Amino acid sequence: MIALVLIGLSALLALGIGIKARSGHEMGLEQWTVGGRGFGAALVFLLLAGEIYTTFTFLGASGYAYGLGAPAYYILAYGTLAYVISYFMLPAVWAYARRHSLVSQPDFFARKYDSPVLGVLVALVGVVALVPYLVLQFTGLGVIVQAASYGAIPKGVAVVIGAVVVTLYVVISGIRGSAWTSIIKDAAIILVVLFLGIYLPLHYEGGIGAMFAAVDTAKPGFLAFAATGKSVSWFVSTVMLTALGFFMWPHSFGACYSAKTAGVFRKNAIVLPLYQLVLLFVFFVGFTAALVVPGLKGAATNMALLKITVAAFPPWVVGIVGATGVLTALVPGSLILMCAATLFARNFVAVIRPLSDEQTVKLAKMLVPVVAVIGAYFAIAGSDTIVALLLMGYSFVTQLFPSLICSLLGRNPVTKAGAFAGIVAGVGVVIYFTMSAETLAKLAPGWPEWLRDLNVGTVALLVNVAVMAGVSAVTARGRVEVKAIP
Amino acid sequence: MKGIGWLAVVPFVGMFAGPVLHNSVTPFVLGMPFILAWIVLWVLISSAVMALIYWLDPDSGGAES
Repeated sequence: MIALVLIGLSALLALGIGIKARSGHEMGLEQWTVGGRGFGAALVFLLLAGEIYTTFTFLGASGYAYGLGAPAYYILAYGTLAYVISYFMLPAVWAYARRHSLVSQPDFFARKYDSPVLGVLVALVGVVALVPYLVLQFTGLGVIVQAASYGAIPKGVAVVIGAVVVTLYVVISGIRGSAWTSIIKDAAIILVVLFLGIYLPLHYEGGIGAMFAAVDTAKPGFLAFAATGKSVSWFVSTVMLTALGFFMWPHSFGACYSAKTAGVFRKNAIVLPLYQLVLLFVFFVGFTAALVVPGLKGAATNMALLKITVAAFPPWVVGIVGATGVLTALVPGSLILMCAATLFARNFVAVIRPLSDEQTVKLAKMLVPVVAVIGAYFAIAGSDTIVALLLMGYSFVTQLFPSLICSLLGRNPVTKAGAFAGIVAGVGVVIYFTMSAETLAKLAPGWPEWLRDLNVGTVALLVNVAVMAGVSAVTARGRVEVKAIP
Repeated sequence: MKGIGWLAVVPFVGMFAGPVLHNSVTPFVLGMPFILAWIVLWVLISSAVMALIYWLDPDSGGAES
């Protein structure tokens, strides 16, 4: 009971901050979504860092380490490489968005390629990719409420409670609330994760080194990559896919518009890799749990961190851990919801039928509960691990990378038709593999192992680039000829 | 990308080299399995490389003010 009370209090606290952050700011479209572009280094840092410490890291990474071992390492590697890319990419994106007063990611594509239709496609891909990301936050919230009630509240009810809280939070506060809650959330999660990551291996195995030695004895090979399946080839392709896609999420892309200067991103590229080293302690928790509370399989591995917490501590500690978990789902969950609703209102509806800014905000706010219901439905019906959900989202969203990066070049070799065709082809491949549950290993049994283990998202990305280049070459030639004739 | 920008390739090569060349649990480094320790090391090196690029990049100071 005490655990549930603490969790409830943390949700109320977050709502209170959201209301407070809102006062004194007129909530126009820019204010609600990009905070009026007035965020300094600290707040943008936190909004972008807010992406590191989500339910995905807290429950997903520990569960993945628990269930699969070495493949979890990818989570530590990809963020770092994404920040390296961001150093060069984000200042250019930010400057262009600012010059043209852009609010969303589809705006950027539509303006760069001078094609509203491309904007609609990008919005569609964004919303589709955000759904699994939202589902994973709700799944996490459900797991937390379930564990903190010691099983008294069933999964379905727990997910609905989580979805209602996130929805209220978004409608009340917008992006400012997210930024301020981020501060509390990050402080809480760092403390909790450091404590658990140091205490649990020490308490159960006598230390981190001893814990890893025990895991290696109990499960030989668990701490290195397997020869097939989630092999080194899977690791390299997954890290590349997710590093390229990291800032392609509509909400991360949008969050970078809220910076005051471009220097913010360059500094962040130095600091954020270090900031995510806290992940290491999440792994320690997951690996210790694999020894202490074994037996969870499949989607149940999402429970690993909470299960060992329940086993090791009295209810009030479970409450604190759970409350932290609620914040890690609330902040990104609210950003995702807000973003999906705004994308739909601005980049679907407003393209079909012109709306004023006020009408767009109103429509977006009305759409928030609709998107929440969709997310809650899939969270209750689905049975994926948190990491699998995020990887599915990444397969979609990374398809935007090739045409985005080309649009930043001095002379863009990609035409609007090329960009459109590439994205459609890439997304098509991802949908095929997701729907048919096919894998490369099944599809091409004769291929060398390293090819068969590639993340299918990277295969889709290669198809995307090939189609983009081909169609661009054809359509660009057409363009030159037209010019040459008169 | 200006000359100094090519330094940014280093973190990619480094991060992948460990698992590709030596996919093994041992030797344990600071108590961690080899590959995990390798990735941690490259997170640190990557941060240092980005600091170096920041320091050498003529653009970074200008955009600051």
